[in-house]
Amino acid sequence: MPLALAARVLPLLPLQVLLNICLGEIRSRHPRIFDRLGSNTGKRYGLEPTDLPIAFVLEPRRMNPRITVVRSLPSNLDARIAGPLSALIGMTDGSYDGDALFFSRDIHVDGDMEAVVALRNAIDDSRVDFLSESVLWLGPLAAPIERILRSIVGSPSAREEMGVGRGG
Amino acid sequence: MELICPAGTPSALRDAVAAGADAVYCGFADETNARNFPGLNFSRSEMAESIAHAHQAGVKVLVAINTFARAGAVNIWHSAVDDAVDAGADAVIVADVGVMDYVARTHPQQRLHVSVQAAAANPDAIRFYVDRFNAKRVVLPRVLSVPEIAAIGKEVNCETEVFIFGGLCVMEEGRCSLSSYATGKSPNMDGVCSPASHIQYREENGMLVSRLGEFTINKFAAGEAAAYPTLCKGRYQTSEGSGYLFEDPTSLDATTMLPELKNAGVCALKIEGRQRGRAYIERVVRTFRQALRALDAGQPIPTDELRGLSEGQSTTTGAYKKTWR
Ligand code: SF4
Repeated sequence: MPLALAARVLPLLPLQVLLNICLGEIRSRHPRIFDRLGSNTGKRYGLEPTDLPIAFVLEPRRMNPRITVVRSLPSNLDARIAGPLSALIGMTDGSYDGDALFFSRDIHVDGDMEAVVALRNAIDDSRVDFLSESVLWLGPLAAPIERILRSIVGSPSAREEMGVGRGG
Repeated sequence: MELICPAGTPSALRDAVAAGADAVYCGFADETNARNFPGLNFSRSEMAESIAHAHQAGVKVLVAINTFARAGAVNIWHSAVDDAVDAGADAVIVADVGVMDYVARTHPQQRLHVSVQAAAANPDAIRFYVDRFNAKRVVLPRVLSVPEIAAIGKEVNCETEVFIFGGLCVMEEGRCSLSSYATGKSPNMDGVCSPASHIQYREENGMLVSRLGEFTINKFAAGEAAAYPTLCKGRYQTSEGSGYLFEDPTSLDATTMLPELKNAGVCALKIEGRQRGRAYIERVVRTFRQALRALDAGQPIPTDELRGLSEGQSTTTGAYKKTWR
């Protein structure tokens, strides 16, 4: 996967800067996420795309949410969600049902389940579309870059072949 | 037959409306709601907005206030009823006789449905709710066969609603103490069975181990379909060997029973799953809407479309067939 290769060789700092810009955008567009998270805004989530050599630490604090890109997850996390990148993204935009992905063993969760459930419900309600909203700030370049990102992450038919298609 | 669909969030409600629900059921984000899960449910303003949206599309909203009121705090349940009525709920779904009494006295015009949590499983119990509180509909517990449902329908003077898809609660709808014993929290008092706060998952030699509080509920081999660590669906070790003591982790799917349920006089069909994501709700509602269209048109109904969304990735017709008798 070209994304995996890029993630292995490229420095992480620029990606982290970009992701935090995106997170700031998402925060201002979807304030209800933080209401639904309630006291879980103080939690540290590890998000681990199992097909990439990097992972993310998400701290969804209401005032200054933060995402950190790491080569491997630290131990001081409250919860961890791991699975193929397309499954993780598909859960956020409503393509997949998180419980079904858990039943089929496509995703793995551990740690504070209350925090995991709250995050899942908050994101599901928000209708956040990470791929398209992450590139909105690029203006006229947003649409072509979104297309490239979607082709890298995997189209719905590719997801079907991964065995997660029946998940929703 | 009306299709009654779950919604745990305003977005899920919109998806259920768009996918073909006749009515959506949902609840407030507090202990009055038997799906009192983190990050789920509706604030007062979200409820009012969501009801207005559903009504614009000609879809009803039924508000579930279906836990048992706690002594010394009944005002929480009363204000949930008042707020549901103010928001324009088409019905309130209630389990507790005290709360039903409050609805009947304070809001006599409000349509009242008897929640499945009331476990009204015989004509005498149902008649009590109809006579005393003017209940218009009873949601039947998932312990009855289709002939039993038909017999009850003939004897009572109210509509009957039955579950057709989703998770099962085998011990007469929350009337079991397993969750209270293991976690101190119960479905009928706190709105949670086997709550997330007490769940732990861990990987052990390639196996997924699920625990609830102090108890190991299951171990799934690599590749084996997983399930929630609900106490009644655990695989336990006993002196007789290990296995599912109470029930397998499986979901109800009554698609094949739709013609019989129609003949039994059932008025409404309910999908379980307010705690599930929008992807589940959209797909299950759309599938059953198509099935009901096929039923009305006298065409064959596609079956087994939803196994991938089911707990343990397996389905059952549950008590409707009672094959074990
Ligand atoms: S443990 Fe099972 S039977 Fe008991 S309340 Fe929970 S779901 Fe129902």
